[in-house]
Amino acid sequence: MAAHLKKRVYEEFTKVVQQQHEDLSAKKLRLTKPSKSAALHVDLCKATSPADALQYLLQFARKPVEVESVEGVVRILLEHYYKENDASVRLKIASLLGLLSKTAGFSPDCIMDDAINTLQNEKSHQVLAQLLDTLLVIGTKLTENASVRMRLVEVACKHLTDSSHGVRNKCLQLIGCLGPVEKGVAKEVESQAAKDVQKIIGDHFNDQDPRVRTAAIKAMLQLHERGLKLQQAIYSQACKLLADDYEQVRSAAVQLIWVLSQLYPESIVPIPSSNEEIRLVDDAFGKICHMVSDGSWVVRVQAAKLLGSMQQVSSHFLEQTLDKKLMSDLRRKRTAHERAKELYSSGEFSSGRKWGDDAPKEEIDTGAVNLIESGACGAFVHGLEDEMYEVRIAAVEALCMLAQSSPSFAEKCLDFLVDMFNDEIEEVRLQSIHTMRKISNNITLREDQLDTVLAVLEDSSRDIREALHELLCCTNVSTKEGIHLALVELLKNLTKYPTDRESIWKCLKFLGSRHPTLVLPLVPELLSTHPFFDTPEPDMDDPAYIAVLVLIFNAAKSCPTMPALFSDHTFRHYAYLRDSLSHLVPPLRLPGRKLVSSPVSPSITSHEDPSQQFLHQSLERVYNLQHLDPQGVQELLEFTIRDLQRLGELQSELAGMADFTATYLQCQLLLIKALQEKLWNVAAPLYLKQNALASAAAKQILEETYKMEFMYSGVESRQVVIIHHMRLQAKALQLIVTARTTRGVEPLFGMCEKFLQEVDSFQRCFISELPHMQGSFVDKLLDLMPRLVTSKPSEVVKILQTTLRQSTFLHLPLPEQLHRATANIIEPTGESDNPLRFTSGLVVALDVDATLEHVQDPQGTVKVQVLYPDGQAQVIHPKPADFRNPGPGRHRLITQVYLSHTAWTEPCQIEVRLLLAYNSNRSKASAKIPKSTWSESLEALPQPENGIEGTIPFSKPVKVYIMPKPARR
Amino acid sequence: FPEMSYLSFFCLGPGAGQDVGRSCILVSIAGKNVMLDCGMHMGYNDDRRFPDFSYITQNGRLTDFLDCVIISHFHLDHCGALPYFSEMVGYDGPIYMTHPTKAICPILLEDYRKITVDKKGETNFFTSQMIKDCMKKVVAVHLHQTVQVDEELEIKAYYAGHVLGAAMFQIKVGCESVVYTGDYNMTPDRHLGAAWIDKCRPDLLISESTYATTIRDSKRCRERDFLKKVHETVERGGKVLIPVFALGRAQELCILLETFWERMNLKAPIYFSTGLTEKANHYYKLFITWTNQKIRKTFVQRNMFEFKHIKAFDRAFADNPGPMVVFATPGMLHAGQSLQIFRKWAGNEKNMVIMPGYCVQGTVGHKILSGQRKLEMEGRQILEVKMQVEYMSFSAHADAKGIMQLIRQAEPRNVLLVHGEAKKMEFLKQKIEQEFHVSCYMPANGETTTIFTNPSIPVDISLGLLKRETAIGLLPDVKKPKLMHGTLIMKDNSFRLVSPEQALKELGLAEHQLRFTCRVHIQDPRKEHETVLRVYNHLKGILKDYSVQHLPDGSITVESILIQATAHSEDQGTKVLLVSWTYQDEELGSYLTSLLKKGLPQSTS
Repeated sequence: MAAHLKKRVYEEFTKVVQQQHEDLSAKKLRLTKPSKSAALHVDLCKATSPADALQYLLQFARKPVEVESVEGVVRILLEHYYKENDASVRLKIASLLGLLSKTAGFSPDCIMDDAINTLQNEKSHQVLAQLLDTLLVIGTKLTENASVRMRLVEVACKHLTDSSHGVRNKCLQLIGCLGPVEKGVAKEVESQAAKDVQKIIGDHFNDQDPRVRTAAIKAMLQLHERGLKLQQAIYSQACKLLADDYEQVRSAAVQLIWVLSQLYPESIVPIPSSNEEIRLVDDAFGKICHMVSDGSWVVRVQAAKLLGSMQQVSSHFLEQTLDKKLMSDLRRKRTAHERAKELYSSGEFSSGRKWGDDAPKEEIDTGAVNLIESGACGAFVHGLEDEMYEVRIAAVEALCMLAQSSPSFAEKCLDFLVDMFNDEIEEVRLQSIHTMRKISNNITLREDQLDTVLAVLEDSSRDIREALHELLCCTNVSTKEGIHLALVELLKNLTKYPTDRESIWKCLKFLGSRHPTLVLPLVPELLSTHPFFDTPEPDMDDPAYIAVLVLIFNAAKSCPTMPALFSDHTFRHYAYLRDSLSHLVPPLRLPGRKLVSSPVSPSITSHEDPSQQFLHQSLERVYNLQHLDPQGVQELLEFTIRDLQRLGELQSELAGMADFTATYLQCQLLLIKALQEKLWNVAAPLYLKQNALASAAAKQILEETYKMEFMYSGVESRQVVIIHHMRLQAKALQLIVTARTTRGVEPLFGMCEKFLQEVDSFQRCFISELPHMQGSFVDKLLDLMPRLVTSKPSEVVKILQTTLRQSTFLHLPLPEQLHRATANIIEPTGESDNPLRFTSGLVVALDVDATLEHVQDPQGTVKVQVLYPDGQAQVIHPKPADFRNPGPGRHRLITQVYLSHTAWTEPCQIEVRLLLAYNSNRSKASAKIPKSTWSESLEALPQPENGIEGTIPFSKPVKVYIMPKPARR
Repeated sequence: FPEMSYLSFFCLGPGAGQDVGRSCILVSIAGKNVMLDCGMHMGYNDDRRFPDFSYITQNGRLTDFLDCVIISHFHLDHCGALPYFSEMVGYDGPIYMTHPTKAICPILLEDYRKITVDKKGETNFFTSQMIKDCMKKVVAVHLHQTVQVDEELEIKAYYAGHVLGAAMFQIKVGCESVVYTGDYNMTPDRHLGAAWIDKCRPDLLISESTYATTIRDSKRCRERDFLKKVHETVERGGKVLIPVFALGRAQELCILLETFWERMNLKAPIYFSTGLTEKANHYYKLFITWTNQKIRKTFVQRNMFEFKHIKAFDRAFADNPGPMVVFATPGMLHAGQSLQIFRKWAGNEKNMVIMPGYCVQGTVGHKILSGQRKLEMEGRQILEVKMQVEYMSFSAHADAKGIMQLIRQAEPRNVLLVHGEAKKMEFLKQKIEQEFHVSCYMPANGETTTIFTNPSIPVDISLGLLKRETAIGLLPDVKKPKLMHGTLIMKDNSFRLVSPEQALKELGLAEHQLRFTCRVHIQDPRKEHETVLRVYNHLKGILKDYSVQHLPDGSITVESILIQATAHSEDQGTKVLLVSWTYQDEELGSYLTSLLKKGLPQSTS
């Protein structure tokens, strides 16, 4: 039972990647083709009852029909259509006609006349509607043909008087999709049609059936989308529709009003029941605001969403949306927001200690209170308090968009956004935090607001906290108390959730660099320095202390007076942090301090970045010194690799570049080492040990080349050539080694053949790059190609060996931007000593949380690997929804991995790591091969390069302690 | 034939009308009598506690007079008098309430009975058995379920927020309808959604108006303040006491704190007093469909009412060291557990008491809220209050805006305000009349309001006639009335509209044709046929949309109207035009005559 369960578990949770061979099914179809229409005909004739015929048609509809036979099939169907008495069969035929005319490559103009003819005598409303639908399909396929469109529209207009809503519906849809849009055409055909499409559709705004009314509005919107300028006269009609009884009508009407408000924002409309006039966009804004308190939540969502995009509205109206006059027993009452603001401006702290501090003050004139304003009053207040979270999210989004375009509004909506941080639904909280970040350029947080914002830092959801850190990164704080408060709360957060370390440091970095003047007065307190006494030196490894230092150092960057306040150990710590956390600590100018042996002296910073320079210099050195004695070359390479790796660690922005070149040099080094083996000439069987070294080198080079090709983003074709070239060399090396170790010639034949093909494909892929590769391995090989093809394997091997030795070292050009894909598993931490216990044969879910950087298309490439102690490995494809995208180039994987195993006697560790899957089919190199060559080469032999799949582990493995217990009997 | 029918409305005794206290409303709608709610007044301990049913019983038994009783929700001021009414006064008809109300109502009644009988030692009160018997008469209804009480009377429940299971009821007889809101809340809270009603356009909307003159601030600020205060106190190591009533707000605050604890990863224990609250929580767990969106959506993973952080309270816990939060009953600190805990904790300034609702004068709650710091307890003991005292209003009634919003949603023809103070209602009444242009009433207790309705009378129309009539002319328009020709037959209390032919057939009558003829004199010296031609051209020029024909016998037809011209027997210069039309063409015929009377245009042709 357990075993069976386990099997099921694996079946369900691990997916096996298989290449699918399509294109085969398409060929099969051809066999049945000639009989298609004939068979249908026979079938339909055989049918004794309508039910039978319907069955045949249904079966027929399941199979696709080729382009050539469509017309024939259509004729047969039409023939039966006229004969058929049963409406349901006719309906099916009509729908089949539509389906068939959708066939790609088939031009339906030949069947249009027939389709229109069938309309004439049709009595059934349902069939009529279906036929009109078919016509719509035909029409959309022939949109270029104006006369066809005109004809169809005329047909539709004729049926508009039909008593069935379905038919009217379809007619309107047809008019909306096909009605004339261009002015010129409209005039030209006016003589024959003499119809104004807008008027026709507008007449149906008052149809008795709500479905038809909806269709009419939708058709109008369709016309607008197709580029017709709607008339302003529609506006008043649309306004009436807002009071419709049916939600779908109201929803569509809201859209229509929005469209009109965008078309005629500045025209003036009168306010009913008064003599005043206002701009149309303001009026529409008020009306849509009104719909935010509609009875149907679908309409509310629609209205709230659209509000966001009405940026032309006057600020007076805009600010009303946040206004809700409070009163209590007919006396004016201030909102909590107003009270908070007042307290703040009066310099007082604390609130709500006294009962009745919110007691209402002045009396209100009863006549002046408007309880249900037709204007925009309080629309957002209502929207943000709605019971459906969909509405709240839409309102937050709209708020965001409006605030982005109006700084004064941004300032006003702040209080409301801050309130949303306490919503019960996490999605809403997250959305409002993001919104706040987006508008943070326009606002400065008051202390009491900051207080509320910071309270959310204790949220247990990591997403929320991280979003909040991002928000704090770009917030403006007004006072030094605010900065202090933020720091205190962030440190609290740090102690509560130590995993947030990086994110908090980063947040403090920005906070410091944005508010240098506010941090300055806080420095003595933060560093706990004393004017007279020496204070104990804080622990350098304490994350909280580092956090404080990050804040101070970043503030000090633009505040030259600050370093004077530092104590001695602070400078030492600076030097240490500058080295170990260079991405968080900026270079500081610290004059007159010997202790600070900053690697950056001010004179160099003025021009080019020194580390960049260093990188190029060391590379130059390597490339120039290739004719040294082998020993020297090896040493130089080793040193350079070491330098580059260190540089990568120090300079995060150069890390990708440095690692990339280091890997390349490593390959080169391995190759040289392998070729340096002195015992190449001796008979093979005696030197197995050396061969092992050489073949291991070849294998490693291959692996490294795949890493270079697929793990870095920003690799250009120039680099790809070099990488492939290196791979070719490794393969040559492999061939030589195999030739040495195996007896007999037979296996070599195949290998040589394969290798030569690879050379061939290399040449084909990179023909344009070959001129740049003078003197390289492949250049020489191609010269020798005619000889190679004809010679025996042993000779080939010999030639290869000499070419490999003689070939020069190719210069690797560096692209502008190069980033290495990295992954970091945050959870599980691998520190737990408590084994995860579960019953063997059942599954246990392991939460995996990882950050990914510079991974393109993580949904397709990132996998989770689980290695069991018995060597069993399991690869899990996370769901696409498990990946989140918090910023450009960054991804976050939060997923669950299901583990299962047979019982163990004691707990043991398993390894979890992330893999980057690659497939050379997708690689940039093969993308260049034109499709035709690909299919040609299919005829011959499959390219060896094609379809090589593999995975690169790109995160540190994490150990998880698990213990599958035997099931209790 | 316009029959006026009326809805009469009556509030029984003190409370329901212009007062907050108890609800009991009598509605007569098209001959049906319905009682809405059967509440009691918590302030009285004598006969005034229950509504005065003698108004009804003077004419006979309750069951004969009332068609049904509807209870909107389980608060005692809406259902407290039910056992008294049904068992002691005597009512055997159906009582309607929603499922949660039916489940929770008996618990509250039993609790109330215990306090009055067992503790205060009153006699002549209903017994446990009476509560049980009364509940047997209850019919539970679902939301939006139309229940047919008898052949004509039907009721339908809508969601009202307020408390679990609270509902608004639509009562309908024929085409007349009343909506009774009970207590409702238009803004959602942490455990319940907002009230909602469709555009049912009732003749009368009876709405509560507790907060007729208040527009409330957003709930979020209050929640945030509440959480912040609790959080700060707990972080300081203080204890928080929240006196609540067992049902309603207690659950909302529990959910609020529970989710906050969950979110913020807090560890301090939260307790609620056992007994009633525990029992009620069980029902909150069961009736998930009645709660708000969040709870409904997440209950598959975890039922929010299965509290993780909130545990049952034990008397001994109050002395435990360290921070804690305790919900204790009753809400006004006048007795029981909450008062005991308050006395224990009052001396420490680190602690805090949060009053989440209104406190009646004379209670400890009211005293401390008004700032009193030294309290005299029983036995001349002086209790010094050092703990912080906070007030947080978490009310679940609709405010003025909410009431207006509901009126906008339902579009009633008349509004009637109950359950509020007269002065405040006056303001709202004025507003409603001004904004919606509907008449608004606010009867006093015991006052009867009669509202005349304009009922629409349904008439059956034969399909053939309908099709024929709609085919004529343009498409039918919803907004505009349409003229139809047909015969109305009133027979056996039913109305039918049929075509004239069919009516004749049914009644066995022969058809008579009514024809109007009219002579028009025209001065025209020309020959007869020339005159005819002129008339013909003239009419053709004007009546473009009609078929005007010149027949070979010298007459003209316009549609079915015949025009003939003869020379005047005496004066050859005068032509007599004979116009003849049937009754059906009266409109066109009279138009034609008036047209011809104006004479022919003086044209040369």
